[in-house]
Amino acid sequence: MNRMSTRRPSTPIRIDLQIIADMVKPGSRVLDIGCGDGALLDHLVHEKQVDGRGIEIKQEGVNACVTHGLSVIHGDADEDLDDYPSDAFDYVILSRTLQNTRDPRWVLGELVRISQHAIVSFPNFGYWRVRWQLLLRGRMPVTALFDDPWHTSPNIHPCTILDFAVLCRDMGIKITRQISLTKTGQKIGPWMPQALSNLMAEQAVFLLSRGNRPRFVSGRLARAHRRAGRSFPGFAWRLRRRFACRPRQ
Amino acid sequence: MSAVSTDAPKITWPAELPGHRLTFDASQPMRLDSGAEVGPFTIAYQTHGTLNAERSNAILICHALTGDQYVIGQHPVTGKPGWWQFMVGPGKPIDTDRYFVISSNVLGGCLGTTGPKDVNPATGCPYGTSFPVITIADMVRAQKLLIDHLGIEKLFCVTGGSMGAMQALQWAASYPERVFAAVPIAGAARHSAQNIAFHEVGRQAIMADPDWCEGDYLIEGKNPRRGLAVARMAAHITYLSETALHRKFGRNLQDRQKVTYGFDADFEVESYLRHQGSTFVERFDANSYLYITRAMDYFDLAVEFGGALPNAFRGSKVRYCLISFTGDWLFPTSESRAIVQALNAVAANVSFVEIKSDKGHDAFLLDEPEFAKTLNGFLNGCAEHRGLARR
Repeated sequence: MNRMSTRRPSTPIRIDLQIIADMVKPGSRVLDIGCGDGALLDHLVHEKQVDGRGIEIKQEGVNACVTHGLSVIHGDADEDLDDYPSDAFDYVILSRTLQNTRDPRWVLGELVRISQHAIVSFPNFGYWRVRWQLLLRGRMPVTALFDDPWHTSPNIHPCTILDFAVLCRDMGIKITRQISLTKTGQKIGPWMPQALSNLMAEQAVFLLSRGNRPRFVSGRLARAHRRAGRSFPGFAWRLRRRFACRPRQ
Repeated sequence: MSAVSTDAPKITWPAELPGHRLTFDASQPMRLDSGAEVGPFTIAYQTHGTLNAERSNAILICHALTGDQYVIGQHPVTGKPGWWQFMVGPGKPIDTDRYFVISSNVLGGCLGTTGPKDVNPATGCPYGTSFPVITIADMVRAQKLLIDHLGIEKLFCVTGGSMGAMQALQWAASYPERVFAAVPIAGAARHSAQNIAFHEVGRQAIMADPDWCEGDYLIEGKNPRRGLAVARMAAHITYLSETALHRKFGRNLQDRQKVTYGFDADFEVESYLRHQGSTFVERFDANSYLYITRAMDYFDLAVEFGGALPNAFRGSKVRYCLISFTGDWLFPTSESRAIVQALNAVAANVSFVEIKSDKGHDAFLLDEPEFAKTLNGFLNGCAEHRGLARR
């Protein structure tokens, strides 16, 4: 049989993967959840000399990764993250996978438990083309990143950039960096108000770390909201969310 | 009609088996898990390829229950090709042009390494059932003596299927500093109740054969052929899958147009099993079968590490690759997954692949392209990290 090359020529990787790779410090311990065919992991192992591991739910992806010499297991982000001890990694990466998970909140909590930093990327459901399709055509949006019709889509929990930022805040997860990308892969400037980024960005990459405990707002209405499982930021918080939730870069 | 004739009572072992021998005399006995000591004893082994100057390219292949050290080349007893000819050889996934391959007969075996059919120097008679009960850890201890003897500080890889997987796990757990990578294939960290049950059926079949003579059949000049054949037939079913059996035989009749209303081998599958049984007794010692199945039954890696499997791998730098097969119901994927979970719990470096195959447990012995690609890829990746030269 052919002796296969473990090292692929360093081909350019997808723009969002490149942004993720740039966030990872060389030589660190990395877990890539939903690593697919291993393009990012391969890049990190060979260009950044990381100690890289992967989890992939599709058997073909796992086989492709291991065949190329990557340490990847067949597993499910919704079930297998609690196998890992706390602080097992320096970075854990969840690239375009969050919206596929059954319990994104639990997954996010696990990410910042098992790793110092979490890098999460997802397609933005607040993107104007998505809103446009739903608003004017009255149909479930099908875009470049939400490319399946509603009945076959694995995206059971799509969210907008604002939704994600709010969830992080509610969970006490610190957003260290946020990079929003337009359809052409241009970074949206950090000066742009979050609400506008949420409209312009087709996708976003977040660098997260463990933050403070979730902030609780007092008051009867806030308590009622908490009991109902909804977040109640309060008026001042809502203003800050609109204008100042974005971290400084 | 009996499935196996009793005409030829003794196995005629070749006078001199090919391969190397390492003998430890009575002054260097090996202490076993049971507390007993075995010695003097011999380890029979084969090597292929060349050990590099750094002694860093050695792969130890551990064989399964009825396997042996003859992984490739013609088998000295059966004349058939070695059991892993698809996987090992020049240009194969375990490339003998690149790696130095070592395979030894396990302690308690019957192809050169000391086992129950060998003569006990204390009595001048074959050990029979007076041979001490051995464990997987004992087998690995003997292999470590061999690796020490060969002057290999760190094995590049330990691999094996089924019982070989148990040995690979035991190696990585007992001597993590001596192993760079471990590839347990179609294995488990402990033998399940169902598997113990199957082994017990086999052992009872052997012991129920009057020719077993309470284990002293060699002294009596007999051989429990029927018992061993039945044990093999029962075990062989567990190595296949319902799909594989049906595809191969269905309800086809053996050389006849209709059933004979008797207990002759009417069906092809019966004839096949009888053949499997009768050829097996030509190459295997019944007492070895008892001892080795017992060693597998006793295997539970967690026990020696305080009952928690992750402890067996804590702090381990070994790179693991676990491989299971979808159609394997003897060592199902769930067993490999349990090991993966334990390895994840200590953040060990682990790969895990489940290969689609409906060929049952025996799939690891067969030419499964996806399996070969996976093993090859994993070894290539490890070789890169180990700094082994590409050939």
